[in-house]
Amino acid sequence: MSNLFTVSPSPHIHSEETTRKIMYRVVYAMIPALLWSVFVFGLDALWITLIAVAACLAFEYVIQKYLLKVSPSINDGSALITGILLAFNVPANLPWWIMIIGALIAVGVGKLSFGGIGSNVFNPALVGRVFMLISFPVHMTSWPVASDDGIDALTTATPLGIIKQGLTAGTPVSELTSELPSSVGMLLGNMSGSLGEVSALLLILGGLYMLYKKVITWHIPVSIIATVAAVAAIFWIIDPQSYVSPIYHVLTGGLMLGAIFMATDMVTSPMTTRGQLIFGAGIGIITISIRLFGAYPEGISFAILIMNAFTPLINNYVKPKRFGEN
Amino acid sequence: MLKTFKIGGIHPPENKLTAGKPIEVLPLPTSVFIPVGQHIGAPAVPVVKKGDTVRVGQVIAKSSSFVSTNIHSSVSGTVKRVDFLADSSGYPKQGIYIDVQGDEWIEEIDRSTELVREFNPDSEKIISKIQEAGIVGMGGATFPTHVKLVPPKGMKAEVLLINGVECEPYLTSDHRLMLEKPDEILVGITILMKALKVEKAVIGIENNKPDAIELLSKKCKEYKGIDVIALKVKYPQGGEKQLIKAVTGREVPSGGLPIAVGAVVNNVGTTFAVYEAVQKNKPLFERVVTVTGKMVPNPSNLLVRIGTSTSLLVEAAGGIPEKTGKIISGGPMMGKALASVNVPVTKGSSGVLLIPDEEAARDQVNPCIRCSKCVSVCPMGLEPYFLMTVSEKQIFDRAEEHHIMDCIECGSCSYICPASRPLLDYIRFGKGKVGQILRSRKK
Repeated sequence: MSNLFTVSPSPHIHSEETTRKIMYRVVYAMIPALLWSVFVFGLDALWITLIAVAACLAFEYVIQKYLLKVSPSINDGSALITGILLAFNVPANLPWWIMIIGALIAVGVGKLSFGGIGSNVFNPALVGRVFMLISFPVHMTSWPVASDDGIDALTTATPLGIIKQGLTAGTPVSELTSELPSSVGMLLGNMSGSLGEVSALLLILGGLYMLYKKVITWHIPVSIIATVAAVAAIFWIIDPQSYVSPIYHVLTGGLMLGAIFMATDMVTSPMTTRGQLIFGAGIGIITISIRLFGAYPEGISFAILIMNAFTPLINNYVKPKRFGEN
Repeated sequence: MLKTFKIGGIHPPENKLTAGKPIEVLPLPTSVFIPVGQHIGAPAVPVVKKGDTVRVGQVIAKSSSFVSTNIHSSVSGTVKRVDFLADSSGYPKQGIYIDVQGDEWIEEIDRSTELVREFNPDSEKIISKIQEAGIVGMGGATFPTHVKLVPPKGMKAEVLLINGVECEPYLTSDHRLMLEKPDEILVGITILMKALKVEKAVIGIENNKPDAIELLSKKCKEYKGIDVIALKVKYPQGGEKQLIKAVTGREVPSGGLPIAVGAVVNNVGTTFAVYEAVQKNKPLFERVVTVTGKMVPNPSNLLVRIGTSTSLLVEAAGGIPEKTGKIISGGPMMGKALASVNVPVTKGSSGVLLIPDEEAARDQVNPCIRCSKCVSVCPMGLEPYFLMTVSEKQIFDRAEEHHIMDCIECGSCSYICPASRPLLDYIRFGKGKVGQILRSRKK
């Protein structure tokens, strides 16, 4: 019996890793936060997540197959992640039609117009989110009240919103803290905010899972959070009545979500660990600057997008340690 | 804490199926094809012709320059013809066909198995004997050993490193040699130390061979200046630059040779061959080859005469299993896939690996997701994703700037890439082109 043998260059073995496995691990890491969002915001949260995911997958499929005329790659899991992250970044009771527009912009503009996965400069979910924020500012900043027994019809401000409004009006910090959740509350997720950002603990849990599975490394999340905490601490120490403690800055708003799930997006972050530390520090500085001195209460989305633009530059100048360099 | 190299590295499954299998002698074939170019450097020039009778150990092709070496007959019989046959590279190479008759060896060879410890410590005489015996690097690189033992002007060797790492999955020929011929290897080391005029030698062995580590650690005490170091199991620990880094802490500079940091590295198989050449007047004409694979009925470590067809080794191991996808000469990370099983065993053939269909085919290539795993595993600290892109786009000056010539072609990048991108394929292409550019610049 004569066999035909495969003849291809070495190496002849391959690790078990695939793009799809990596993407799905990120999805699993987001499930705890997703479940919490349903618990706290009710079925609205699930509904808007499903809309986001379905819209992302559908737009990717249609654009790839009929406009770009390439084989659709919706199986790789990246559009699924974009959908969930989009949902995580909006109020749980966002109108469905706004989410669909957001998904179209995220996938169509943020990803496919650059050439598809791997070629995009900006985090697609953030592109969609910022587009929605700027186009529909009222809807995107009307936060439902988070409570243990599901959603209320009332709307409320997020902790960062309370802080920004209060401090801009000249209210000293000591008067504001009664309106803010406790530290434990912020850690666990008993506060208002966008769908996925409220529970720092569950987001951290997801982050630890991704660290264990080697999907992310510690460099980006730690450098972002450390930079935000450090700069916030400096200002707080100088003037504790005009600046809130770093604990609020670390545990509220989109910092955890951004630092763990959005800034760590492989495609749009630097390729070396030193580059990643620079990237994270940049995000931290821009975030805290917008929070303290800018018009918006939250700055992490803009910070990540701005630093995404610097990633190619960072990759150009920051090289890995070479063998035999010195 | 086990010593290791600091930058990069991967952990492929070890699959050392034959680690416990003692070396068996493969019966003599009925004919052999001995290529005259089994080494780096100029091929040897045949000195026999059709009809000549030859004996085992007789020179059948002579070294044609300094970086070249002799080829000896591994069998006794009649020269059928001097002709061409495709070797593991796929290209036809010149060699000598010999019909085997009997097993008569040249008289000079001492066939006794007693250990001989004494030898003439004159460095030049030793190197000359090694050169005459046609010894080349048997880890697979096949660099003529006598060239390595003569440092360039102005450079001096400080330490001899013996490579007992065998980091490729599946391969165990070095392991078995260390277990079965430890004394011969140690004497071989003392011979090499005298040739290089060094007082210190270190044997590096990966930690997945505890029996070899224990045995050699015990026995090396009988010899002056020889130490054994256990190394962390990580591919490619057996790469000479990585071995030097792990054992001595020094990094061979980019574009430089190990001698630049005072080190000379030799494989244990080469060391054993040196022993046989200097103490028993036996030139290099046979070697241990591991025949293995998950579906191979009888995976083994075989002592094989050079020039034997690989088909006979596979037969001895139980034949080609159903649904074999690839036959590889060497290990799974750096070996060559064979188009036919009829290629001859040469001085650098460390193994024959049969891989099943499901594992043989490559996965579909997907876009790069910039996960940087390739960067984190490259033992030379390069950026494979970037080198692939510039090689593909044929921007060779950028490739050179980004040190593409430092690549040791270990395959760690292609192994780890989740998108199954053919990183090493393009880097090899880029290296070839940049090498050409560099050579034409020198002219």
